Amino acid sequence: MSFVALVRRDLRLALRQGTDAFVSLLFFVLVLVLVPLAIGPEPQLLARVAPGLIWIAALLSVLLSLERMFQSEYEDGSLDQLALSGIPFALIVAAKVAAQWLTTGLPLLLAGPVLAAMLALPSHAQGVLLASLALGTPTLSLVGAIGAALVVGARRGGVLLALLVLPLYVPVLIFAAGAIDAAAAGLPARPHLLLLGGCLALSLPLAPLAAAAALKDALR
Amino acid sequence: MNLHRFANPARFLRIARVVAPVAGWIAFAALLAGAAFGLVLSPPDYQQSETVRIMYVHVPSAWLALQTYVAMAIAAAVALVWKHPLADLFVKAAAPVGAGFTLLCLVSGSFWGRPTWGAWWVWDARLTSMLVLFFLYVGYIALSGAFDDEERGRRAGTVLVLTGIVDVPIVKFSVEWWNTLHQPASVFRLGGPTIAAEMLWPLGLMVVGFTAFFVWIVCVRLETELLTRKLRARLENSPG
Amino acid sequence: MTERARDFFEMGGYALYVWPAWGLALVILGALALAAHRARQAARQALAESERA
Repeated sequence: MSFVALVRRDLRLALRQGTDAFVSLLFFVLVLVLVPLAIGPEPQLLARVAPGLIWIAALLSVLLSLERMFQSEYEDGSLDQLALSGIPFALIVAAKVAAQWLTTGLPLLLAGPVLAAMLALPSHAQGVLLASLALGTPTLSLVGAIGAALVVGARRGGVLLALLVLPLYVPVLIFAAGAIDAAAAGLPARPHLLLLGGCLALSLPLAPLAAAAALKDALR
Repeated sequence: MNLHRFANPARFLRIARVVAPVAGWIAFAALLAGAAFGLVLSPPDYQQSETVRIMYVHVPSAWLALQTYVAMAIAAAVALVWKHPLADLFVKAAAPVGAGFTLLCLVSGSFWGRPTWGAWWVWDARLTSMLVLFFLYVGYIALSGAFDDEERGRRAGTVLVLTGIVDVPIVKFSVEWWNTLHQPASVFRLGGPTIAAEMLWPLGLMVVGFTAFFVWIVCVRLETELLTRKLRARLENSPG
Repeated sequence: MTERARDFFEMGGYALYVWPAWGLALVILGALALAAHRARQAARQALAESERA
C-alpha cells in the first residue's frame, strides 16, 4: 500500500464517520463567535486580540480531533493489521497525519479568513493569517500525533492529551500569532513565518518517527 | 564504554548503597552551611539589599531543574536506543524531583520578582520556558502513571521527554523573539554588579547541596523501584 | 528579642519575600526526601518479610 493509498483510506474512514471531521471546524467557529459576545463588539479591541484568539481556537480545535487519531483503530484492531502489513510505521503515522490535517487543518484555512474579517482583523493582515495557518496547522497535526500515539490505551486519555500537547504547541502559537500581530501593525511578518516554517521543517521528519516509536509500544 | 556495565541491578544496588549515604550527608551539610551563610553570614547586596538572599534558593533550583531535564533526556535516549534497563527507571525516579526544583524555582523567582521588578510574574523568555518545563515534568508524571502496564507508561514517557527537549529551547527562543518585538526596553534585566565573593560562597554551597540532594534522592528512589520489582517477581514465582 | 535577632527576622523589611522562598525550599526538599525515604523503608520491610515467609 502506498502513502497515497493510506491517506485515501483514512480519508474514507473519516468521511464515513461523517460529522466527526466537521465537529472541530464547528468548534473553531463557535469559540470565535463567543469572543465578541464576551468582551464586547468594539472593532479596535477585537482587531487587537483577533490574532491570538484565532490561534488559540485553532489549537483547541486541532486538539479536539487528536484523540480519535489512533484510538478507534487501536480498539478495533486495524492498527495491528497495519503493523503486520510490513509498511514502515512512520509512513503509516505520516499518512494518518496527512488525513487528519486534510479533515481538520484545511477547513480552518478556509474558515480562518472569514472569522478574522468578522473579528475586524485589518485586511492587509489576511494574507499573513492564511500563511500562518498553512504553515502552523500541519505542525499542530504532526506534534499532536506524538501526543495521540502516547496516550493510546491510557486512562483518561483525553485530558492527558491536552496536558501533553499544549505545552508543545507554545512555539507555534507564539510565532503564528506574532506573525499576524506584526502584519496588523504594519511590521514585517517574514521572520515569524520563517520560524514557523522552521518548526514545520523540524517536525515533519521527526514527529512521525517519535509517534511511530510510541505507537509501536502501544501495540506491544 | 560498555553501557551495560551498570545495567546489572544487583551491582547498581551495591554502588547505590555506598553513594547514597555519602551524597545524603554532603547534601545535608552543604544545605545547612549554605543556609547559615546565605541567611546570616553573607552581607545584603548594596542594590537589592536583603532580597538577594532569595537568590540562594532560586538559582540552584533553576540550575538543577534544567540539569535534571537534560539528564532525563539523555537517559531517555539511552533507554530508547540501547534499551538499557535502568535508564527509564532513572527517568521515572528523577521526574518528581525535577518538578519540585522547577516549582521551587518559579515560586522563589516570583517572591524575588515582586520586590525587585514590582511584579509577581512577567512573560519573559526565562519565566515562560521554565513554566513550560514545569508542564513537561507534570505531563511526564501523569503519562507514566496513566497505564495499567507500568512499563508501557515508562516507555511512553521516554518519548515525551525527548520531544520536550526539542521544545524547551524553541520556547525560550520564541518568547525572546516575541518580547523583543513587543517590549523593546527590557526593564527586567537584573544587571547588578558582578557577584561578590561573600555571595559566591553561599551560592556555591547551595548548588553543591542541591546537586548532592538530587544524587541522594535518585539513588533512594531507584533502590525502592528495584526492591519493589524484586518483591513482585518473588510473589509471582512463589506458589500460592 | 535582641536587636540582632529582630533584624534577622525582619530581613530589612523584605521578610515577606525572603522567608516564604526559603520556607518553600524546606517544604519541597523535605517532602521529596521524606516521601522517598518512607517508600524505601516500606520496600525494604516488605522484601524482608517475604524473605522470612
